[in-house]
Amino acid sequence: MIQMPTLESLNFGVAFPALSLVIGAVLLLVVDVFLPERRKGLVPWLALLGVLVSLAVSMINYNEVGEAFSGMFIADPFTSLVNIIVLISAALSILLAMDYLRRTEMEHRSDYYLLLLFTTSGMLFMGAANDLIVVFVALELLSIPLYVLSGFRRPNLKSEEAALKYFLLGAFASGFLVFGIAMIYGATGTTNLPGVWAGTAAIVESASPSLYLLLLGVGLIVVSLGFKVAAVPFHMWTPDVYEGAPTPVTAFMSVGTKAGSFAALLRILVVGLPTLILTGATSAAWANTLAILAALTMILGNFVALRQMNIKRMLAYSSIAHAGYILMAVAAAGDPAVGNQGVQAALIYLLTYAFTNLGAFAIVIALERNDGTGGQLDDFRGLASQRPVLALLMTFFMLSLTGIPLTAGFIGKWYVFLSAINAGLVLLAVIGAVTSVVAAFYYIRIIVRMYLQEGDANIGTSRLSYTLGAAILVAGLGTLIFGVLPFLVADLTQGVQIVRTIAQIAGGG
Amino acid sequence: MEPIPVFVPTELYLALAVVLFVMGALGVVIRRSAILIFMSIELMLNAGNLAIVAFARHWGQVGGQVLVFFVMTVAAAEVAVGLALIVTIFRSRRSINVDELHQMEG
Repeated sequence: MIQMPTLESLNFGVAFPALSLVIGAVLLLVVDVFLPERRKGLVPWLALLGVLVSLAVSMINYNEVGEAFSGMFIADPFTSLVNIIVLISAALSILLAMDYLRRTEMEHRSDYYLLLLFTTSGMLFMGAANDLIVVFVALELLSIPLYVLSGFRRPNLKSEEAALKYFLLGAFASGFLVFGIAMIYGATGTTNLPGVWAGTAAIVESASPSLYLLLLGVGLIVVSLGFKVAAVPFHMWTPDVYEGAPTPVTAFMSVGTKAGSFAALLRILVVGLPTLILTGATSAAWANTLAILAALTMILGNFVALRQMNIKRMLAYSSIAHAGYILMAVAAAGDPAVGNQGVQAALIYLLTYAFTNLGAFAIVIALERNDGTGGQLDDFRGLASQRPVLALLMTFFMLSLTGIPLTAGFIGKWYVFLSAINAGLVLLAVIGAVTSVVAAFYYIRIIVRMYLQEGDANIGTSRLSYTLGAAILVAGLGTLIFGVLPFLVADLTQGVQIVRTIAQIAGGG
Repeated sequence: MEPIPVFVPTELYLALAVVLFVMGALGVVIRRSAILIFMSIELMLNAGNLAIVAFARHWGQVGGQVLVFFVMTVAAAEVAVGLALIVTIFRSRRSINVDELHQMEG
């Protein structure tokens, strides 16, 4: 029997942050068509306005909890925090793009900002997904505009190649996601995450053969989202795509895609499948797999980054390594007792990483020459004497990526390690600590080049544009504030409690 | 004469879906032409669709069939973008062999 949805069951209000961005993007699409060529400069500002409106709504309704679209969409502090991370990244990357597109003479191609808004709204829906259908559609809404954005610098061969590689591997990953969803649907008979959770509990209790379907489904979903977050061994596309894509796209991709994909991964695993605990184990069946992936990702990412000579490739491997640290928190969330703590740690890490990494990429954009060169590590030589402020900020971002105290990166690492140790993943935490030391080598190598080596840093911008300066300033402030006032992040994530426990069965979920 | 209703069990549908999925995944790994890789990916998506529809019948629900419509729509959107990218790369280098995509190394 098909029922017409009522206005109450749709409950548009709680979905407002995501919906406002989608509506804004569609309106801007229409406005963009009618704007004359010489007025195209308005589009990025309108896009920025849309992002800021959505950000403001997310902040005002931070603690609001509610479901929309008949339970397919959920708003809670988790959603709000993911929204804030993604929207701040989007706002910063619009500022970065305004500078970059002008310098590379692509300013008239204002469709850049539309694609950016669509992919941002995909990320917002990822964080709010309460149904596997929404996860799938949101993942594609996130990915398809990003494929186009990676190739935005056509006819540049590298950019085209990055787009095709990203597209083929991204589509491959969504094939895995669909099949994984099919398996979970087959085992539990529903795609709704609380429904999956209830079904899982029953299957585990009765030890029915559907358990194998569930395990296969979880495995396939981890593979597909592993591609998106660039976890080893599904990372092969990352360095090439990060290097070839236009730098502001790379910056956004490294932060936004990670935030969206990790949000969906956490939703599926922690809301849908936390009770997938095999007999004799204390934590969920997926936790061990994720712990192994995390270890591989941290080791490979950090060690291969050591021998990179191109800054974008180095940051690509560094972003693979950082995905490993976040995976460590996700693995910790597999222990029912540490569940919420793991989720909070992952979000804190994403928040601090967003500011730091966007700041680092902003400086890479400032140094990049208009033909796309200037991204070698040796181009940083002698930067400190020529542009002391840029060099100082780059030092700060590199220290934050390393995880030195008084920077945001340290706070992120602190919470992640804490959750891993609480979940009994001590070996994993040790691997994380050791690889962090390895990471210090390649981050500090840049600082050494800037301060101790002579050279003429042949930088792309003679004067920093206001938009680029503003982006660097915001990123720097974020990195500093969260580093010096760590209680802020603790306050933000306090309300993030998404883990479903056995105790909730009695309460009807 | 009344046709005899044949009820194919869900397991067989699932087995076929798995076979198609594995063929698709192998195709992605083995094939070198971007178009053929993309066709293999479509095969994987449709293997997923087949499994979902089979399970929807198994559970006696329409929910799964709705999901398949979403997957089909999204796959069409992916085709639009994917073919455009393949055409762009063909224009600039007259080849869509993925082994020849090595502008970046390391």
